Amino acid sequence: MSRLIASLAAAAGLLATTSAWGVEISISCSALGKEYEICKQGVDAWAAKTGNTVKIVSTPNSATERLALFQQLLAAGAGDIDVFQIDVVWTGTLGNHLLDLTSKGQAIIGDHLPAMVETSRVEGKLMAIPWFADAGLLYYRKDLLDKYKRPVPETWADLGETARLIQEGERKEGKADFWGYTWQGRAYEGLTTNALEWVASHNGGTIVDEKGEVTIENPKAAEALKAAAGWVGTITPEGVLNYTEEEARGIFQAGNAAFMRNWPYAWALAQGGDSTIKDKVGIAPLPKGGADGRHAGTLGGQLLAVSKYSKNTDAATDLVMYLTSEAEQKRRAVAGSFNPTIVSLYSDTDISRANPFIGDLVDVFSNAVARPATVTGQNYNKVSTEFFNAVHQVLSKKSDPSQALNRLDRDLKRIKRNGWQ
Amino acid sequence: MSGAVAEASAPGQVIVKGRRSSLTRSRIRAAWLFVAPSLVVVALIAGWPLARTIWFSFTDASLNSLSEYEFIGLENYLANYDGEWFGILTEPDWWHSVWNTLWFTLVSVSLETVLGMVVALILNAAFPGRGLMRAVILIPWAIPTIVSAKMWNWMLHDQFGVINDLLLRIGLIAAPVPWTANADTALWAAVMVDVWKHTSFMALLILAALQMLPQDIYEAAKVDGVSPIRVFFRVTLPLIKSALLVAVIFRSLDAMRVFDLIYVLTSNAKETASMSVYARQQLVDFQEVGLGSAAATLIFLIIALVVVITLAAGRVRLGEDPR
Repeated sequence: MSRLIASLAAAAGLLATTSAWGVEISISCSALGKEYEICKQGVDAWAAKTGNTVKIVSTPNSATERLALFQQLLAAGAGDIDVFQIDVVWTGTLGNHLLDLTSKGQAIIGDHLPAMVETSRVEGKLMAIPWFADAGLLYYRKDLLDKYKRPVPETWADLGETARLIQEGERKEGKADFWGYTWQGRAYEGLTTNALEWVASHNGGTIVDEKGEVTIENPKAAEALKAAAGWVGTITPEGVLNYTEEEARGIFQAGNAAFMRNWPYAWALAQGGDSTIKDKVGIAPLPKGGADGRHAGTLGGQLLAVSKYSKNTDAATDLVMYLTSEAEQKRRAVAGSFNPTIVSLYSDTDISRANPFIGDLVDVFSNAVARPATVTGQNYNKVSTEFFNAVHQVLSKKSDPSQALNRLDRDLKRIKRNGWQ
Repeated sequence: MSGAVAEASAPGQVIVKGRRSSLTRSRIRAAWLFVAPSLVVVALIAGWPLARTIWFSFTDASLNSLSEYEFIGLENYLANYDGEWFGILTEPDWWHSVWNTLWFTLVSVSLETVLGMVVALILNAAFPGRGLMRAVILIPWAIPTIVSAKMWNWMLHDQFGVINDLLLRIGLIAAPVPWTANADTALWAAVMVDVWKHTSFMALLILAALQMLPQDIYEAAKVDGVSPIRVFFRVTLPLIKSALLVAVIFRSLDAMRVFDLIYVLTSNAKETASMSVYARQQLVDFQEVGLGSAAATLIFLIIALVVVITLAAGRVRLGEDPR
């Protein structure tokens, strides 16, 4: 009986969408936190609707490693994965291997956040469709701020002081493992996003400016890195130099940290049933770099793209259009706190009931700092690697900020030698 | 395969003498027939990729479009533009990774040799359960490196790791040590995991050599009342020297290619990168197939050089009977 229903549903799907019937589509969803589960529900719904089957391919948690894997697969022209979940900074790098979605996506793309649409284009062509938006956020423990009678920090200096105060207090009460602030400090793309926030919030620019000039060697950037290096070993465990998102969340969600920098995905997990800090968490924009600084969260987010080497491009494109549709983005926002890229959903009442902070996020997204991926094109990965390695050396106190930035400036200009592209 | 090669060279000597009976000719044909499959396999799985890598190192190939590239000569290695030197040989990061790799190899192989010798000497003595013991010590070696690296990464974690917990409990350290976060301790952590994994391999090779030693020398030494330490340095060590050097070369070859261990423990951090991590980063992360191939070619040359030096210093011939 159930088989009959399935085939009927499949037949209906065939009529409705013209997709080839009963094909198998492979999609690579990230498995960070709840992402896998939510992705599975979405693709299963599409599979039931269209009668196709979908295989989810697991990928590494670290963004740098995921990109390397995709590059290897695509460079070999392998059609093993049809639909790729790609990071906003990868469109330029992978563009050669992706299917041009301009004709299919043109009708709906105007509904999406302009900053996200910008990251989906390569030379004017739409190579991917925005799936969810991300920006770095400050997570704080409401109960502890109340306990120590401190406001939500406005500047990094406030944060440092409050974190120290809470850490000292909690440790005196016997919580020897308690830390003030956790973030992502491993030598990988995540450190680039963290460090860009420190630099941009101090008005130190975005490593490379819109015209392609290397701007990172400036006193504001040095000041920002110096402040961050001061946290390591005082309010942040020294192990942060090897933490990615999940290690940082591990400490915060175990109730062992007062503040955490993370992406919005951590909200649903922190508020989950098995969380030790359920209902004790708040989120805010990341602090400003001093009174004249600004709130700056790095723009992140993920896009869905179809591989040029896919054997079922029609079905794969249909899956992408389904997953990025308004209904599915709404479901993901409610179930997993993934931020929609469709602007109208930010005033949706169901979503704001599930994620009370969603209204504030529109501000965060409009102030978000984009990484210099578009301007540096194919070279972005090199720029980012030089940057996070320089920052990593400052954080591990191997070199001093101005010296490291001087070297970074030289190295970036060397990469730029013949222009960025 | 080595048997087949020996067969082939035997008829070769006959040719030199200039007497070619029909029997010799048919033996030569048979020999080549038997060797041919091995030669083809070696050419396909080792020769071709190596030649391709060396060829790519002279081009500006990119992973993004592997079919379009140009021959650029030695520019990947060393090139001069407007008085400024470019190329991998001028990269401080490359030399840093070479230094890291050599340091890692020297320290880990030395430790493995000494510890492996101790373990082998113990296992060489007759005691109940010896067979089981010999099997058990091989377990770390049987676990894939990527698995053991990940396992140790969690054990070494500064907040949740069992190593810090243990050291804290017995009071050796006052605060958890972030083993893999700091470049100084991260390389030592990598050495520790490598020693944990490969000591048993070393022990097994040494044990094989020990088992072949003639017992009468030891009986003579015993009769003469020579102290055990003197027996070890004057009798055992010289007798197993060849086998020991072969084992050391095997391990050094392996250690100089180290990738998974360091990559899992510290990712792409420049401070701790090994030569293979550097080459992979160029090849995959930066899509620079030309530059990455140049790095891979240099790794090949450096490893070849180290082996030649070791062999020359130890005056060992690999073909020699280990006894």
